[in-house]
Amino acid sequence: MRPRFWAVAIVLIAVAAACLPFVPVTLPGVFDGPLNSAGTLNLLGLCFVFGALALTYDIVFGFTGLLSFGHALYFATGVYVTAIALARWHWSLPQALALTALVGFGLPLALGAVCLRVKDIPFAMVTLAFAEAGSILVLQDPWGLTGGEDGIALGGSVLPATLVGVANTSHLYWIATGLLVATCAIGWWAVQSPPGRVWQAIRENERRVAVLGLNPYSYKLASFTLSGFLAAAAGVAYLFLQGGANPQITTANFTLVLLVMVVLGGVGTLWGAVIGGIVYEYLDFRLVGFSNAAGVQSLPPILRVPLSEPLFILGVLFIVLVLFLPEGIGGLFRRLPGRRHGPS
Amino acid sequence: MSTIVLLLVTGLGLGALYFLVASGLSLIWGLMRVLNFAQGAFFTVAGYAGFFAAEALPGTSPWLRWCAGVLAGMLTGGAFAILTEVLLIRPLYRRPVGQVLVTVGLALATLALVEGAFGSDPRQVTLPDWMSATTTIFGAAIPNTRFVVILAALLVLLGLLFFLQRTRYGLIVRAGVENRAMVSALGIDVQRAFTLVFAIGGTAAGLAGVLGAAYYGTIDPSRGTSMLISAFIVVVIGGLGSIGGSALAAVLVGLLQQFLNFYAAAGVGDFAVVLLLAVVLLVRPGGLIGRAPE
Repeated sequence: MRPRFWAVAIVLIAVAAACLPFVPVTLPGVFDGPLNSAGTLNLLGLCFVFGALALTYDIVFGFTGLLSFGHALYFATGVYVTAIALARWHWSLPQALALTALVGFGLPLALGAVCLRVKDIPFAMVTLAFAEAGSILVLQDPWGLTGGEDGIALGGSVLPATLVGVANTSHLYWIATGLLVATCAIGWWAVQSPPGRVWQAIRENERRVAVLGLNPYSYKLASFTLSGFLAAAAGVAYLFLQGGANPQITTANFTLVLLVMVVLGGVGTLWGAVIGGIVYEYLDFRLVGFSNAAGVQSLPPILRVPLSEPLFILGVLFIVLVLFLPEGIGGLFRRLPGRRHGPS
Repeated sequence: MSTIVLLLVTGLGLGALYFLVASGLSLIWGLMRVLNFAQGAFFTVAGYAGFFAAEALPGTSPWLRWCAGVLAGMLTGGAFAILTEVLLIRPLYRRPVGQVLVTVGLALATLALVEGAFGSDPRQVTLPDWMSATTTIFGAAIPNTRFVVILAALLVLLGLLFFLQRTRYGLIVRAGVENRAMVSALGIDVQRAFTLVFAIGGTAAGLAGVLGAAYYGTIDPSRGTSMLISAFIVVVIGGLGSIGGSALAAVLVGLLQQFLNFYAAAGVGDFAVVLLLAVVLLVRPGGLIGRAPE
C-alpha cells in the first residue's frame, strides 16, 4: 500500500511542478515575481537541478558510504564538455550531448578505478585531489578551450532557438523538471535493485560483503560511475539554465557545498537529498537578497559582516545540523520505528 | 645553473610550507582518525592575525613587529585548534564522518567570514628589510624569505621528532597511533593527547600562515584552501600518520611543482603532483612511508 501511495504522490508533485509555468500566482515573501515569471522559473529550475545533483551525490555518499570529495568534477564535466563542444567546436546539440554522455561515463569510471584502490578518508583525499586537478585544468586553460576565469558564454546561435531567451525560460524549466524526475526514477530504481542492496550492505559492513563472496570493488565502482554520469546530466541542464559555464562549479568548495546539501536533507534518503538540494539553492539565492536588505545593512559591522555572507550562515547551519540533527530535514519527518539509518 | 638553484630553493621553501600544514594533518589523522578540513582555516586566520599584530605595533623595529606577527599567528592557530577540538570534535567521538563534516562546515564558514571582514583582495605584508632582499648563491638571486621558511620547517620537523621520540606525551601519541583502545585501556587519558595533537597541528598551521604571507608577500582568504589540498596530497603520498613521510613527500611535491611549472607550463606542475599521487596510490597504497591500509 505504501509504495503505491508514494508513487501517486510523486507523480502528482511532478505534474503540479510541470504545470507551474501556467500559474500566474504571486507568493509574496517566497518569490519576487509571479510563479510563471522568468526569474522565478529560472530559480526553481536551478533548485531542481541542484536537487537532482544532491541525489546523485547521495547515491555514492549516503547509499554506498563512499565519502567522495570530487563530485563537483563530474558535474563540471557535464557543463564544460557540452559547452566546449557547442561554443568552441560548433557541434550540433545531439553530437555535443553524445560526447558529454561518453565522457560523463568514462571519466568517473577511469578515476573511480584508481581512487577506489584506497578506502575511507584516503579515498576522500584522493577524489579531492583529482577534482582539484580538474579545477586547475579549467582555470589555467592550457588549450584555450575553457575560457579560464571567465568561463564560456553560450551565444544565441549555438543552442536551438526554443532554448534561448527570456520568453523560453519555461522550456528550460521543463528540462530541469524532467531531469529531476528522471534522476529520481533512476536513483530509486538503482538503490532498490540487487546491486543497490549490495551498495547499502557495503556501507554497513564492507568486509562482511567480501566474506559473502561478492567483490565490493566492482559494486563501488558501479555506484561511483552511475552517480558521476547522472551528475554530468545535471551539469548539462545547469549549463542551459545559466546560459554558460563558470569555473566556480569546478572548485573544491563546490563539492563541499554538495556535501552540505545532502547532510541538510538527510543522508541515505533519496528524497531527503533532493529536498536538501532544493532548500540549499533557494536559501543561497534568498540569503543574497537578505544580506542586501536595508535592515541588515544598517546593523553594526560585528553583526552585518557575518549576516551578509550566505556561505557563513550556511556553514554555521551545517555545523549545527551535524551536531544536533544528524539525520537532516529528512530525519525530522521519519521518526517512524523500523526505518534504516544513514551512516555518520 | 642559476635558474636551477633558484627553482631548487624556491621548491624547497614551498615544500616547507606544505610540510608545516601537512604535519598537523598527519598527526591528527594518525592519532584520532579525523581528517581536519579546518587546517586551511587555521592557516588563513593565523595569517591575518599575524598581519594585524604587526600592523598594531607601528614605530617599533621591523624585526620585532614581524616576530610579534609570528607569535600572534602561532598562538591564534593553536587557540583556534584547541577550541575546534573541544567544542566541535569532542562531542562527536562516536561519529567519525560527523567529525569530518563539522570541520568542513567550519572551513566554509571561516573562509566566508574572513572574506566578509577583510575583503577577498590580497593584502601586502610589511617585512623586515633583510627578508625582502635577496642573497646570491651560485649566481641565483634568492629571496631571503625562502631560507626563513626552510629553517622554520626544519626546526618544526626536529622539534616534532624530539617530542614524539623523547617525551612522555610523545610516547602516548605514538602508542595511540598504534592502538588507541589499548592506550585508554591502560588508564591513560587519551582525550588530553587529542587536544594536545590538535594544538600542535593548529600552531604549525598558524606558523605556516604567517610564513606563507612572507613567502608570497601577500595574504588573501583563499590561499588556505589550496594549501590544504596540497597538504592532503603530501600526507597521502608520504603515508598517513608518518611525520618523516610527510617531510619527504613535501619536499618532493614542492620541487616537482616548481620545476614543472617553470620548464613545462604554468599549471603543469600542479597537475603532475596529482598524477604522482595517482601513481603512488597504484604502486604503494599506503604511501611512500607507512603501512598499507588493512
